[in-house]
Amino acid sequence: MSTNTFSVTVRVWRQDGPGRPGAFADYPVAGVNPDMSFLEMLDVLNDELTMKGIEPVAFAHDCREGICGTCSLVIDGKPHGPHHGVASCQTYMRSYKDGDVIVVEPYRARPFPVVKDLVTDRSAFDKIQQAGGFISIRTGSAPEANSVPVPKEVADLAMDAAQCIGCGACVAACKNSSAMLFVAAKVSHLGLLPQGQPERDRRVLAMVSTMDGLGFGSCTNQYECSAACPKLISHDFIARMNRDYAKAVFRSAFKPVAAGAEA
Amino acid sequence: MAKLDSKVPPGELSGKWRRHKADIRLVNPANKRKYEVIVVGAGLAGSSAAASLAEMGYKVSCFVFHDSPRRAHSIAAQGGINAAKNYQNDGDSVYRLFYDTIKGGDYRAREANVHRLAEVSVNIIDQCVAQGVPFAREYGGLLDNRSFGGAQVSRTFYARGQTGQQLLLGAYSALSKGIASGGITLHTQSEMLDLVVVDGHAKGIIVRDLVTGTITRHAADAVILATGGYGNVFNLSTYARGSNATAIWRAYKRGACFANPCYTQIHPTCIPVTGDYQSKLTLMSESLRNDGRIWVPKRKEDRLKPPASIPESDRDYYLERIYPSFGNLCPRDVASRAAKRVCDEGRGVGISGLGVYLDFAESIGRLGESGVRERYGNLFDIYKEITNENAYKVPMRIFPAVHYTMGGLWVDYNLMSNVPGLFVLGEANFSDHGANRLGASALMQGLGDGYFVIPYTVGDYLASQKPGSRPSADSQEFKTAEVEVALTTSRMLSIKGKEPVSHYHKRLGQIMWQYCGMARNKEGLEKALQEIPALRKEFWENVHVPGSGDTMNQSLERAGRVADFLELGELMCRDALAREESCGGHFREEHQYPDGECKRDDVNFAHVAAWEFAGEGKDPVRNTEPLNYETVKMSVRNYK
Amino acid sequence: MDLARHLLRSTLGRKLIMAGTGVVLIGFVVGHLVGNLQVFEDPDRINGYAHFLQSLGPVLWLVRIFLLVCVVLHIWSATVLSLESMKARGSEPYRVKKWIGATFASRYMRGTGYVVLAFILYHLAHFTLGAAQPATFKENLPHYVMKGDYHVLGVTVVRAGAEVLDCRQMVIGGFKNPVVALFYMVAVGLLSLHLLHGAESLFQTFGWKNHSWERGLRAVVTLLCAAYFLGNLAIPGSVLLGMLR
Ligand SMILES: Cc1cc2nc3c(=O)[nH]c(=O)nc-3n(C[C@H](O)[C@H](O)[C@H](O)COP(=O)(O)OP(=O)(O)OC[C@H]3O[C@@H](n4cnc5c(N)ncnc54)[C@H](O)[C@@H]3O)c2cc1C
Ligand code: HEM
Ligand code: HEM
Ligand code: SF4
Ligand code: F3S
Ligand code: FES
Repeated sequence: MSTNTFSVTVRVWRQDGPGRPGAFADYPVAGVNPDMSFLEMLDVLNDELTMKGIEPVAFAHDCREGICGTCSLVIDGKPHGPHHGVASCQTYMRSYKDGDVIVVEPYRARPFPVVKDLVTDRSAFDKIQQAGGFISIRTGSAPEANSVPVPKEVADLAMDAAQCIGCGACVAACKNSSAMLFVAAKVSHLGLLPQGQPERDRRVLAMVSTMDGLGFGSCTNQYECSAACPKLISHDFIARMNRDYAKAVFRSAFKPVAAGAEA
Repeated sequence: MAKLDSKVPPGELSGKWRRHKADIRLVNPANKRKYEVIVVGAGLAGSSAAASLAEMGYKVSCFVFHDSPRRAHSIAAQGGINAAKNYQNDGDSVYRLFYDTIKGGDYRAREANVHRLAEVSVNIIDQCVAQGVPFAREYGGLLDNRSFGGAQVSRTFYARGQTGQQLLLGAYSALSKGIASGGITLHTQSEMLDLVVVDGHAKGIIVRDLVTGTITRHAADAVILATGGYGNVFNLSTYARGSNATAIWRAYKRGACFANPCYTQIHPTCIPVTGDYQSKLTLMSESLRNDGRIWVPKRKEDRLKPPASIPESDRDYYLERIYPSFGNLCPRDVASRAAKRVCDEGRGVGISGLGVYLDFAESIGRLGESGVRERYGNLFDIYKEITNENAYKVPMRIFPAVHYTMGGLWVDYNLMSNVPGLFVLGEANFSDHGANRLGASALMQGLGDGYFVIPYTVGDYLASQKPGSRPSADSQEFKTAEVEVALTTSRMLSIKGKEPVSHYHKRLGQIMWQYCGMARNKEGLEKALQEIPALRKEFWENVHVPGSGDTMNQSLERAGRVADFLELGELMCRDALAREESCGGHFREEHQYPDGECKRDDVNFAHVAAWEFAGEGKDPVRNTEPLNYETVKMSVRNYK
Repeated sequence: MDLARHLLRSTLGRKLIMAGTGVVLIGFVVGHLVGNLQVFEDPDRINGYAHFLQSLGPVLWLVRIFLLVCVVLHIWSATVLSLESMKARGSEPYRVKKWIGATFASRYMRGTGYVVLAFILYHLAHFTLGAAQPATFKENLPHYVMKGDYHVLGVTVVRAGAEVLDCRQMVIGGFKNPVVALFYMVAVGLLSLHLLHGAESLFQTFGWKNHSWERGLRAVVTLLCAAYFLGNLAIPGSVLLGMLR
């Protein structure tokens, strides 16, 4: 526990609403405690702004423990701030010192339009999920859980991919605004498990085509995404998805067509 | 007075649910798509319900205040989910899970509901595995389990420290499938601000779009609330910042009874508070208690010494000492109160004196640092991130924090409230946990309600409603409710007083934690009942909500939620005052055994207290539903 | 057909095309370098080699068309994907942007690629069409008379005494102009940079890579690219230094 407080300036993007012009504004914040989280620092700022009659800075947040994926700040040019494998909400002010000017921006990507200030609309991710990010199993029709053993390594790997919190930092970090890491995490999670096999080809084709359709860019294998990912999702899953995709494309091209089906 | 008919089916306990399913009315398949069901909330309970109902053919509309259903607070659950699979062959059974849950709840839950929960627990695991939930596995490829507080068997299924996340992603994928197939219409960033009751039946909701500020009316044949818990009434809690009571509170004001509001679970292993700017308390999963040992110094003078310098002989492993058979794994309420006691004695560690050690030295000796990292690495990382301390080297400091609310809207066996057509699932209802929830049973309840109970019981209600009989959203009741919502919103915006919303939330939280927190007494509760209305009055005169109502306005969102907490807090204190006994998550200092254990009063309080709104400015009515224990004998809970 | 639709329309498909054509192009440039390095040996070698290639006739044309298709597909994919990606980025740039994972080479693939394209066009005008430096173009130089036989895989393909075009003198003559030589050096430098990312990247695109050998792959690719660069540098470099006459 620390008692030495300090002051910083936050240079933050202000924008009234979607499609409206925006600009940066500088706000000093005094009395910053090193044990404060970054978002708590913004809370303090917002209370001060409120009392000064300035509208508080809108920013997205919810769980404040790095799991819901709501928080989405680009701090000094890196999504989620200075640390590796840490979400914005888990960034603490002890990473800063007196007099620092901290630039806070929203995600910049066309499929994630700014809603207000630092809040962006990431519903595109939900649409990708709806395209095939599921196993079609009806409630109540599941077989006994232990009837299909899953090797521990496979389950662990699926879990590595499944940890994605859907925050979109991968898109924000990528020069191309590519959603590859997110989609690859989803595709790999389900594609690794035996339960996900029946829909494996369909899933990857549908999710990729939806991703493309929503206007995300393409991947040039730069690995900014995995470096910015708060859950350290590995870009090996992108490789895995590329392979899955190629296989699915070729399988669909060479599968036999039943007589009469061509009509 | 509200009529509280629990509708528990007659007959022998273990056959009740089976028989009930057979007796219940069904909706003809061709008619199903003529019914519209509103589901508010897409946590475990809401997503699973919406997905299952859509699969059955109902038209479902799902509303969440989040920007995506995947962000519901269920995502944060770390530890695991219970199920009576007995994969460990350690003597588990549906009955034992039922019994542990009843006992854990301090004999304040409804037997029939809890037994049903234990029965469906096994199906939940099957369902989740089939959806692709990557539960932890053993090398043989079968599912792994761990043990959790309040149980002597290993029945908890987990996915690293992110079980809630994985279960929610599973339910969310089912929801996504339903959206893709057109069976579900999803409304994100849509906050329910009122319930519409027509001719005594719940027939719709009023919703505010959090991005545009537009207020809309939505009609349906039945309304399901799965909006989670209300622990944020304490301001500081392990809940997400957005978790709120608004939906259930408005339903309460429209006639639904609010049951056992005072039952609050305080989780023993959270990271202690550091300063008044704090917005959130972070949970360190209970699973840590499997391998960590909890202690404080024996002497007050040692409390600020570096822990390593305190020799074994000067340490008090108080849980192991007082509860030798359960030790560090005793239930949450017991562990939390014990921590409070040692801190009250002045032996709490850390500058604030509000903390106890959770020490891994012994398990690191046994498993090696890598073994401990394998099990709890992500929790140690979180701890390090927040406190800047390395828990592999120095013991963690932990303290209890508000974590779960067992109270909620009263529901019958069908999960329908006393307002016909209004169903309540998950943490939002009061149902299965009694006065205290065992670890890993809320996830079970949310999914049990959504996947395996509501699909049957909604049908029973809908079968009594003529297809196409739902009122139009243009009817008078809807218009009136919409106008009221708009008025409240503009009233909040027009005060433009001197304090931000957070000021009132913090002050309410302090009152609640002090007087209605881990330990309660008559005097304190009466004081709170004076202070809260005064605070509420001040709020409505002096709050400053900047901005306007027609764009995204986070201050306005929070103001609405805090306004409801300011009313709910009072009801919680009333309930705590009226319940002249101690049980589970409700500890009245006047009612304890000499060793500080809960002293229940089964003669006078073996009932559910369901509060009924009587109008603004009037005292609410306390209705009771007696709890009849037919199978289990009520006894003094003993974890020694 | 589904296959063509997936490959041409989806981003992943185009990436696969880019990687596939990239492999072909790498094969070509490496082979081309190996062939060109014969310039350091007896003039028989490179001139015989060039004559042999020219004499292939229809086969040569098939190869040329194949290469052209690859180049076009590669550049088409790169261009379409780049335009889409730029559009995806949106109009508002970041005020501050930190690179956190991308390698240096990967950041300038588009730039290096287009310079290489410009180079190829010049190069064709230079050594294939003779439009750039007609004075030293092979057609305008005295013919070269083979001193010995030139074999490929043990088969004699050009006999001693045959009169062939003097490719060697064309190259040497061309690089005597320092501007041209320097342009070649810069271009092959940028091409090596392009390959530094490209040759590694294609493993990721085909899904043949993971963390356990990512570093190893990167090391091998770096070595190969350095070798490729030095090999290419050697030809104009030696001419400039007067070591090749
Ligand atoms: C940190 C933490 C760890 C936990 N760990 C465990 C554990 O290990 N095991 C266990 O069994 N339990 C655990 N719990 C408890 C458990 O996670 C919750 O009780 C459970 O997930 C609640 O699920 P739910 O579906 O009822 O509600 P939630 O998941 O809270 O969902 C609420 C939904 O309602 C919506 N909503 C709310 N209000 C409105 C409104 N007014 N209008 C529109 N939409 C609204 C939200 O958008 C959201 O979709 C934990 C809880 C916490 C806080
Ligand atoms: C002989 C010349 C060339 C060779 C050998 C070559 C090789 C490669 C290779 C192997 C890749 C990697 C493919 C992948 O990872 O998917 C690549 C990518 C690329 N090439 Fe080329 N290329 C050549 C010329 C060009 C030209 C002329 C352009 C100009 C438009 C170009 C533009 C690109 C681009 C934009 C990429 C994608 C960047 C990336 O994947 O990171 N290339 N190239
Ligand atoms: C120092 C480096 C190089 C030298 C000395 C060199 C030399 C030559 C020569 C002599 C020819 C003509 C052969 C003939 O028609 O007789 C040629 C053709 C060609 N070179 Fe190069 N080259 C070099 C680098 C490159 C590079 C880097 C590329 C590609 C990126 C390239 C691409 C080509 C192509 C496409 C042709 C035409 C082949 C054909 O006629 O079909 N060259 N080169
Ligand atoms: S892959 Fe990582 S960065 Fe991308 S959405 Fe998931 S968690 Fe966020
Ligand atoms: S940063 Fe972008 S380029 Fe690909 S590897 Fe990641 S998506
Ligand atoms: S607020 Fe939930 S991840 Fe940051």
